[in-house]
Amino acid sequence: MSLKRPAKEQPGSFEFNSSSLDDANKIIAKYPKGKQQSAVMALLYIAQRQNNNWIPLAAMKYIAKILDMPYIKVYEVATFYSMYNLSPVGKYFVQVCTTTPCMIRGANKLVEACKEKISEKESELSPDKSCSWMEVECLGACVNAPMMQINDEYYEDLNKEKTLEILDTILKGDIPKAGSYRGRVNNEPENNRKTLMDFKNA
Amino acid sequence: MLKDKDRIFQNLYNDLGSDIISAQKRGDWVNTKEIISKGRDWIINEVKESQLRGRGGAGFPTGLKWSFAPKEVGSRPHYLVINADESEPGTCKDRDILRFEPHKLIEGCLIASYAVQAHVCYIYIRGEYFIDGQKLQSAIDDAYEKKLIGKNASGTGWDLDIYIHYGAGAYICGEETALLESIEGNKGQPRLKPPFPALVGLYGCPTIINNVETIAVIPTILRRGGKWFASLGREKNTGTKIFCISGNVNSPCNVEEEMNIPLKELIEVHAGGVVGGWDNLQAVIPGGSSMPLIPKEKCETLTMDFDSLITEKSGLGTAGVVVINKDQDIIKCMARIARFYKHESCGQCTPCREGSGWMWRMLERMAKGEASKDEIEMLGDVTKQIEGHTICAFGEGSSWPVQGLLRHFKDEIKKRNKFDPIVKENKNIPYLVDQHLLDKNA
Repeated sequence: MSLKRPAKEQPGSFEFNSSSLDDANKIIAKYPKGKQQSAVMALLYIAQRQNNNWIPLAAMKYIAKILDMPYIKVYEVATFYSMYNLSPVGKYFVQVCTTTPCMIRGANKLVEACKEKISEKESELSPDKSCSWMEVECLGACVNAPMMQINDEYYEDLNKEKTLEILDTILKGDIPKAGSYRGRVNNEPENNRKTLMDFKNA
Repeated sequence: MLKDKDRIFQNLYNDLGSDIISAQKRGDWVNTKEIISKGRDWIINEVKESQLRGRGGAGFPTGLKWSFAPKEVGSRPHYLVINADESEPGTCKDRDILRFEPHKLIEGCLIASYAVQAHVCYIYIRGEYFIDGQKLQSAIDDAYEKKLIGKNASGTGWDLDIYIHYGAGAYICGEETALLESIEGNKGQPRLKPPFPALVGLYGCPTIINNVETIAVIPTILRRGGKWFASLGREKNTGTKIFCISGNVNSPCNVEEEMNIPLKELIEVHAGGVVGGWDNLQAVIPGGSSMPLIPKEKCETLTMDFDSLITEKSGLGTAGVVVINKDQDIIKCMARIARFYKHESCGQCTPCREGSGWMWRMLERMAKGEASKDEIEMLGDVTKQIEGHTICAFGEGSSWPVQGLLRHFKDEIKKRNKFDPIVKENKNIPYLVDQHLLDKNA
């Protein structure tokens, strides 16, 4: 089990802005009448997006009110799932996968790069407060290992040099190109394709 | 090697485009109405005849699962739920289906929904696959626009709505009842079974839950016939399967191959061989991190299907093949997997919540050579105390890889951890130990 604690400094109040509210209503409509609680996960995401990538306690109370459910149930959900950030993270949130398939292909080099460029400790903001990084469990791109995720995008087939380049780009405030950094196409076997040859370059 | 024309996922590497027009060129959505007009019983029988087994890890026969749904819709509606919470280390096949073959999945959803009489289908995608989920959403929007799903879907008279529900980084939500809890807006903690979801599932209604790959192969099976699918592979382990080959190989990749393919062929032909040559192979995890590893000697002749791997005391699982060569420290690899399980345990059952941490800490010390001799047996004991004593199969999933390590690499651990407890080493310090524990003959 992983342990998550909300940040010590919390804003006093939270409300959805109008576009968030629209999104929230669309999502609530996906679920049967009376089962609006199902939307809690999606609403937490919306709150997280609106509030610089983290969820304050006030947002949980607000969501509980919208969905007509107890605050503690929202708190339970927000603390259970690892993708909800309960304390501020960088605008660029770097997640490095270090589970075995990535580990044996050198994920520790990516961690080293993050330590050099962002901060010595994980979940700590970079000196300019724009980035933070953490180790995470399997991100489900094992054949593109080692890899990391920055906000929503996947950066695959990395090594230390490539990671340093990517981190330099985000520290400058730009968004690097997502996908494979060895130039391979998706999940095909690099230089060794034996199947579906008729379609290759079709 | 499987012939290209028998591959179901023609667009696995996105050579052809994943949009609806390209998908229709590949044969998706061509005669959906005709297939559905043959009726529920025909569909379920054809799936049964194909001997398709679930692709999510457990390998339960899909046709049989569908036939568990109540025959008549009572006061409670039926639901179809697609499990796209792919989080098993070593597995990344569903992601490619979501982003490159979304229409196979959507069409499969329509057929499966019709077969189990569901009007609503939820696709549960892991939160990290947000971009891939957006791609699926746009494919769903296209399908709505072309009236392939929605009211009177594809002109069949059947109404179907498909919604995406994002997870938020919990491995346990891949367990079907935890997934249902998660859709209901709760913590993802598995439910006690029975009752099984086919009778009491989402919102207490009959629910059929299938993996992405299982549903995505259904339209092709029905078009080409259950007999065609059953002719591939071998009895009870039929058809094709996407294998994900990762780890220390020269070209890690996803590839669709026939069931029962030799492991050596997968690694040598498709993945470009082991880094450092075949002789540098140490062990292979054949089916995602939950499955016990297999040492090199057995990899020579091993074939990849559900039953042949069970005879090797392992399993096909999700077919995520992780190749580990001799440059790696095998104990450390397993310690990292144990850390994964410690992190992902939902905390509901004590043996798993506490035991997964124990296993991780012991393995970490064993990797450093700091454990005592006795602890090796003790570790085996801990795995046995977890396995079978939990609500869901996470207990097995976390203890099997450790058992696999102990089964095949015990000598390696013993070699590194020679440390003897104080009782035997310093027996001339009488006040430190109980005298009766000392070995009298030594």
